[in-house]
Amino acid sequence: MTQFRTPLSRARGLGSARHGINHWISERVAAIALVPLTLWAVYGVIELAAGDYAFAVAWIRHPLNAVLIVLTLAVSFWHMHAGLRVVVEDYIEKAMSKTVLLLINLFVCWLAGALAIFSILKVALGGGAF
Amino acid sequence: MTDASKTPRERPTSPHLVTGGLGSPLLWRWHITMWTSILHRVSGVGLYVGALIAAAWAVTLASGPLEYAQFKLLLGSPLGKLVMFGLTVAFFYHLANGIRHLVWDAGHGFALKTANASAVVVFAFTVAASLAVWWIALRIGALG
Repeated sequence: MTQFRTPLSRARGLGSARHGINHWISERVAAIALVPLTLWAVYGVIELAAGDYAFAVAWIRHPLNAVLIVLTLAVSFWHMHAGLRVVVEDYIEKAMSKTVLLLINLFVCWLAGALAIFSILKVALGGGAF
Repeated sequence: MTDASKTPRERPTSPHLVTGGLGSPLLWRWHITMWTSILHRVSGVGLYVGALIAAAWAVTLASGPLEYAQFKLLLGSPLGKLVMFGLTVAFFYHLANGIRHLVWDAGHGFALKTANASAVVVFAFTVAASLAVWWIALRIGALG
C-alpha cells in the first residue's frame, strides 16, 4: 500500500501506529468475557445482599468465587477505562482538559481496581478481617 | 445571494446534530436507534460509578465486620436500594445493547428494520431482566 502515500506523508512518518487492530480486538474480547462474568456477579450480589459478614467471608474464600470475582473486577476496570476514554476523546475538545480527564480516568481505574482486587485476595487468602 | 466579500457561512461539520449552537433545533428527528446509542454511553458511565461501589464493598469487607455492616446498611437504605435498582437497569441495558454492538461488529444486523427491532428487544429485555432479578432478590430475602 506504500505506493498510495505521498512523499510528504512518508517523510513525516505518521499514519497508522499498527496497534489499532489489536486494541479493537482486545476491547471486544473484554466485552465478550464480561457477559458471563457479570451475569454470574449479579447472582453473587443477590446472595451476598441476603447474607451477613461471615457469609461474605466464607463466600470469598471459596476458590471459584475468589477467582471469578478477581477476573470480573480486572476485566471490568479495563473495559471501563477503555469506555470512558472514548467518551472523553469524543466530547472534550481542549487538549489540556482532555489530557487531565484521560489521566484521572486511568488513575481512578487502576486505584479502585487494585484496591478491590487486593481486598478480595486479603480475605480469600485468610488474612481476613482483623 | 451572499456577498463575496462577506465571510463564508459555516460549513456543516460531521457528525452534526443541531442546526446551530447548543440548544438550537435538532437536524434529525428523534428515533429509537439514536436513543439506544446515547443510553449505551449513559448506562456505561452509570456502571462506572457502580464499579466504584463494588470496590468500596471489597475494601469494607477486608476492613472488618463493623465496616462491612455499615456498608450494607448504607446500600440497604431506601436511597441505596434506589441506586442499586438504577444500576440493575443500567447493567441489563448495557449488557443487551453491548451484545447488539458485538453482533454489528461481526457484520450483521445493520438493516434499518433489523436495527429498530433489536432496539425494541433490548428495551424489553432490560425491563424484564431488571424486574426478574429484583423479584429473585425479594424471594431469597436479599432486600432485608
